[in-house]
Amino acid sequence: MEKIIHFELNGKKVQIQVEKDQSLLWTLRTHFGLTGTKYGCGLGYCGACTVLMDNEAVRSCNILMPDVDGKKIITIEGITSDNALHPLQQAFVDHDALQCGYCTPGMIINAYGLLLKNPTPTHHQIIESMNDNYCRCGAHPHIVDAIKSAAKVMKE
Amino acid sequence: MDYTEISPDKSTSESNNIWFKRRDFIKLTGGSLAGLLIFFRAGPFSLLATPADVKRSLPTDYNAFLKIDEDGTVSCFTGKIEMGQGVITSLAQMLADELDVSFNKVKMVMGDTDLCPYDAGTWGSLSIRVFGPAMLAAAAEARGVLLSLAAEKCGSTADKLTVKDGVISISGTNEPLVSYGELAKGRRIEKFLDTVSKPKDYAEYKIMGSSMLRTDAVSKVKGEALFAGDYRIPGMLYAKILRPPSHGATLISADVTAAKAIPGVIVIEDKQLIAILHNDPEIAEKALRLIKAEYTISEKQVDDKSIYDYLLNSGAEAKVVNEKGDLTTGKSASKTVFEKTYYNSYVAHSAIETHTAIAYQDEDKLVVIVSTQSPFGVQDMICRELGLALEKVRIITPFVGGAFGGKAPAQQALEAAQLARISGKPVMVNWTREEEFFYDTFRPAAVVKLNSGIDAQSNISLWDYNVYYAGSRGSDTVYEVPDQRTTSYAARNVHPFGTGAWRAPGNSTNTFARESQIDIMAAASGIDPFEFRLKNLKDERMIGVLKAVAGLFGWTRAKSPSGRGYGIACGIDAGSYVAHMAEVKVDNKTGHVEVVRVACAQDMGFCVNPHGSKMQMEGCIMMGLGYTLTEEIAFTGSNIKTSNYGTYQIPLFSWQPKMETLILEKKEAMQGGGEPAIICMGGVIANAIFDATGARLFQLPMTPERILAAISKG
Repeated sequence: MEKIIHFELNGKKVQIQVEKDQSLLWTLRTHFGLTGTKYGCGLGYCGACTVLMDNEAVRSCNILMPDVDGKKIITIEGITSDNALHPLQQAFVDHDALQCGYCTPGMIINAYGLLLKNPTPTHHQIIESMNDNYCRCGAHPHIVDAIKSAAKVMKE
Repeated sequence: MDYTEISPDKSTSESNNIWFKRRDFIKLTGGSLAGLLIFFRAGPFSLLATPADVKRSLPTDYNAFLKIDEDGTVSCFTGKIEMGQGVITSLAQMLADELDVSFNKVKMVMGDTDLCPYDAGTWGSLSIRVFGPAMLAAAAEARGVLLSLAAEKCGSTADKLTVKDGVISISGTNEPLVSYGELAKGRRIEKFLDTVSKPKDYAEYKIMGSSMLRTDAVSKVKGEALFAGDYRIPGMLYAKILRPPSHGATLISADVTAAKAIPGVIVIEDKQLIAILHNDPEIAEKALRLIKAEYTISEKQVDDKSIYDYLLNSGAEAKVVNEKGDLTTGKSASKTVFEKTYYNSYVAHSAIETHTAIAYQDEDKLVVIVSTQSPFGVQDMICRELGLALEKVRIITPFVGGAFGGKAPAQQALEAAQLARISGKPVMVNWTREEEFFYDTFRPAAVVKLNSGIDAQSNISLWDYNVYYAGSRGSDTVYEVPDQRTTSYAARNVHPFGTGAWRAPGNSTNTFARESQIDIMAAASGIDPFEFRLKNLKDERMIGVLKAVAGLFGWTRAKSPSGRGYGIACGIDAGSYVAHMAEVKVDNKTGHVEVVRVACAQDMGFCVNPHGSKMQMEGCIMMGLGYTLTEEIAFTGSNIKTSNYGTYQIPLFSWQPKMETLILEKKEAMQGGGEPAIICMGGVIANAIFDATGARLFQLPMTPERILAAISKG
């Protein structure tokens, strides 16, 4: 069963014909060529596929396209409108908050979701909010530092 | 002068010593004939170096090369790959320092079999300690060639010239004479080196030894960095492959009628390989589920509980790794003897990027872009399995999203290659997490039987160490024992599914057993475990890291169990020495362990990038918490029950202990940095749990159930 949906993707209005059980993750990666959003587990455990839906961090592997109708989606490619790095991206670079970098887009988007809701999170709130984003390389302490530092910059 | 100038029009002439196709090289590096190519040989490391289109078993003089462009950019071509460990940064530091160019002028080209010289694989913490010295020697030689060229140009001699940031001037003046880029302009010069030039002394390096941020970070934070699954080739189809229900199952029949009915689906049936191709991976997946398949099942009669007896009774062959003195003498010299057995389960690599490959035909060449630790190994495999000549297969390794030993095997690359050949279309194979758990080559389940003794003065008098199926890496006795023997037991085809190298293979198993046993003997002697280690050690490097970590941690001496929850462990891996101390809190009611802090000191010889190395140490500590506390594969027979993260918990943000790391400052040979700090994690936490509770754990992972069982045992 196919259906046409409309939504906003990284600030641009788009429309697409979708199957009812088509996921947002693979639609982004195949149809829109936005490969910054990664596949990790397909069941919402790991967070590599995290995107913002109406400013809320969600697991795009678990979101079906019909549910995206009328929503605003932001992926890692759309986190800034110009070429400059977003403060979170800059902080991840400055703090070396990554190793292999595969989980990084999901980490940044998840942290962005947190900071949109809570611009001044405590250490504990950062840990709690990031806990279900997996990093196998073990860059965790640098990621936490980067988020703290980005929060300060974004507040200014 | 023993270099030859080759004018551009002669550039396609083949040199006997060049293994790549000149034409291809020019095409692939942007078509420019300009630039200075320096070929260098591997010096004492010739085993790493065998040309791809000759015969790989034969050593050769060359293992890598660099190229200086007109704008002064220096490209380094290496068969090593970047998987998060950071050699994209540290190898560039080394090249820049030795060549005297600025760090940001170095461009790394990695893991492309058409561009890079042969390399066996990126593993064993070998990139810096083995490839590194070869590269430094080559850069030193390159620098010498460039200085000779400049000297000729100005009628001087090379010894009167200096270089800074790729610009040559006469020593004592600040007047620039000529740049490397200018020297390279408009011509290509090749020099084959007969001798390995002497690199600088460690004390002279400035870029090496400085902390550098990752050079690939910007592309990774923007989501622009390409991993294998991010490539898009026109006409590309996603493959979903029919998988057996368990290892050892054989396909009898597959009914693909329903799958074929889905529009756009291509079904591939080639003996045991049944696959669905479609331009939408989710539709391919849906079609795959419609296939009705029958199998014969042949399973080993074993599960995750019985595996240890199964391994011990598998008829493994014994290999004595190390022997000194006589065990009977040792036994009679011992006042107390401790006979203990240690166990650890199968553990997954679980990189967040699953095994991925895309294969396509580019004119007469099969190109495979693949997440692998061994591009040349993949090339060999594909050529062997598909009957292709080496020059007809090109492997490209993009950024690899974590590997840890698990991406040495690259079954997915062969699958993509086969399907691309059969279908005639570009094919992407992107394993699901379920496929990843099914085909991962797990860290093997293993057993260590250890019989040790101490004499009346609490000196270790006996060490009879027997490791089953972990391998001998890290089974060194480390401590001074007059009568000792280390035996490693193994047999082929014993495990019910795939096993393989897992970060510091075998060493985490061996270090857990040894360091637990040392603690048991320290406690029985009534001596502080740090003191007991010092008392039984003579190796100065080990004593060095132990004292360093004690200072970092703030260790104060007490007999264990002290109730403080302090643990200690040390070991050797990849030429580096590590010592860890940890503090834990154990909930006696739930068996939950909170790791409060971990300190680690590492002696890795000269450290190229201290910041990057410390990140590896932290990464090892974090990853190590997983095999220590939660990670284990559940299975019955050859049927792996663990299929996704719902039943396999890797370390999380909330597990982060306070981590303190220290690298000893050494001006000695560079050693490994990617693996050593993971080896002590089982031992240091087991010893800390004992110190907190008085309960001794003999099995990894130390789950709450096992901790509660050990506590109730007393």
